[in-house]
Amino acid sequence: MLSIAGLSFGYRGAPVLSELALQAPAGVLTAVLGPNGVGKSTLLKLIAGLLPAPRDRVRLDGTDLSRLTRTRRAQRIAYLPQMTTPAQVSVFEAVLLGRLPHPSGRTDTDLVLVEEMLQRLGLACLSDRPVTQLSGGELQKVLIARALVQEPRLLLLDEPVNHLDLRNQIEVLETIQGVVQDQNLVGLVVLHDLNLALRFAERVLLLGPGGAIHTGAMAELRTDQVEQAYGIAVVRGEVGGLPVMIPRGAAVAADAGARRRRA
Amino acid sequence: MRPTWRDDAPVASDSPLTRYRQRLWRRTLVGLAMGAALLVLTLVSLASGTYRLSVEALLAILFAGPGGEGIETQIIWGIRLPRVAAALLAGAALALAGTLLQGLLRNPLASPFTLGIAQGAALGATCAIVFFGAGQLHSTGAQAVTLNAPLGVVSLALLGGLSSAALILLIATLRGLTPEAVVLAGIALGAFASAATMIVQYFASDTQAAATLFWTFGDLGRAGWPEVAWLAGALVVFGVLPWRAAWHYNAMAWGDDPARALGVDVVRHRLLGTAAAATLAAIATAFLGIIGFIGLIAPHAVRLLIGSDQRFLLPFSALAGALILLAADTLGRLLLAPVVLPVGAVTALVGAPLLLVLLLRGRP
Repeated sequence: MLSIAGLSFGYRGAPVLSELALQAPAGVLTAVLGPNGVGKSTLLKLIAGLLPAPRDRVRLDGTDLSRLTRTRRAQRIAYLPQMTTPAQVSVFEAVLLGRLPHPSGRTDTDLVLVEEMLQRLGLACLSDRPVTQLSGGELQKVLIARALVQEPRLLLLDEPVNHLDLRNQIEVLETIQGVVQDQNLVGLVVLHDLNLALRFAERVLLLGPGGAIHTGAMAELRTDQVEQAYGIAVVRGEVGGLPVMIPRGAAVAADAGARRRRA
Repeated sequence: MRPTWRDDAPVASDSPLTRYRQRLWRRTLVGLAMGAALLVLTLVSLASGTYRLSVEALLAILFAGPGGEGIETQIIWGIRLPRVAAALLAGAALALAGTLLQGLLRNPLASPFTLGIAQGAALGATCAIVFFGAGQLHSTGAQAVTLNAPLGVVSLALLGGLSSAALILLIATLRGLTPEAVVLAGIALGAFASAATMIVQYFASDTQAAATLFWTFGDLGRAGWPEVAWLAGALVVFGVLPWRAAWHYNAMAWGDDPARALGVDVVRHRLLGTAAAATLAAIATAFLGIIGFIGLIAPHAVRLLIGSDQRFLLPFSALAGALILLAADTLGRLLLAPVVLPVGAVTALVGAPLLLVLLLRGRP
């Protein structure tokens, strides 16, 4: 369980997050939604320790993350940034890097773990390929494989399916959902596609320009909350058994646009 | 990163782990091949020159030790061996410096020369000679220039090289510059140091100016055993320490945030690694003058062969640098013998076509 309480943060005086609270249980995906610039990436970086988080605000299974050393933190948290520029190495080596925080390092056990993960994610045939030659979907799966061999308790994914085609979006999210379920991980994923979030995440943190609008079960997410966050009217429905939210038009855009800030 | 030898490429039916092990083995073979080439080139370089020796005679002299009788012993142990050793060590040091800088700054154009580190070191060495009388010009003998106080020259060269590196780091981190801008800043810094060196030389006495002149184009001829010992010491310390951090450097190749998320102390590694690179380049420059290009080309050549895994890239770049510098110096000695061409010029003459060939072959 990831619990955040009273988390505030700003860049050079400009507040981005204020008094944020969140409970993200293990075993299900928690989606972080909201328009550009409301602090979704900032939140993930704070949890990952890439930005200085204040003391006693972010706890993972009761442990204050701000008190952990960088290695201990890396043993518990895997973080996938929004954009990745691949280095000139093979898929196997790229995934093996995930073992870096662990004291066992690169022993046979680690190598076997990497192999198993490659097979599990269907990457075994690519293991020799340079990551620079992979397609966007393949690269994303390689990065997820790396995050998983890190054997984290908490998975932080910043827009993992942007730039991916339809099939890869579903495949990657199914993989993430499966792993989070199987290994009972805490999974926090920033998404822009409401419908993917509705389909794959059970919990949600909806951030608006003024702070958190909804925290809790995805099923309880109301259209007026989404309208408040994005400044656009939406309709909720069901298509082929899947929950969907479709934008109707920029009904409330006028004043929301003025409130929007850039981080 | 393509397989080095295509016909030896792994079988797709093998498991990923088997193929990974095969890859490591192939890379080790590349390293062994480079080592063997280096050994052969060393023997060729030692045996050839105005005074030619057969391989048997050369080996006999080498095994007899420096205490042996005759002119051959003097030529080999007194002149050629320190020169060859200096070429090997300086080539390795400069290549390592370039590899470290390129990796840590994530900049393919970084090298001791393009970042102004070599020029800064030359300025320091020049100041040591002119202002503190640390060097002297002799009219006779192979050693036309001796350094009265090698420690003084090395310290000031270090100071100059490290200052350049520190400025570059400061500019790069404070202003968050793009790789291109960092290299531009380095070129400006190098031009500044070169100009300052020229002005110091301009006001120096004739003998001092002559003693400083060889810093402006690198020359291996003045390296004696003390210089070789300094270089070897620096190479052991500042070559092995960064190599131990190779996995951390591999993580940093993906960007600062991904590396930090893997628990890597990015700032510390960048500072220490750059300092090690600057030290290696400064010491090589202090003794041998500015030898450009090695630090730039050696890592690129090796990267085209084996990819950018720093575990292999660092040691293999050192081997490649040693190979290139020794080949350049041997050519420089033989091409217009008995005239010896400055190694700095020959390095670029040999290195530039080599890099072009590798680039043409390496791209699909």
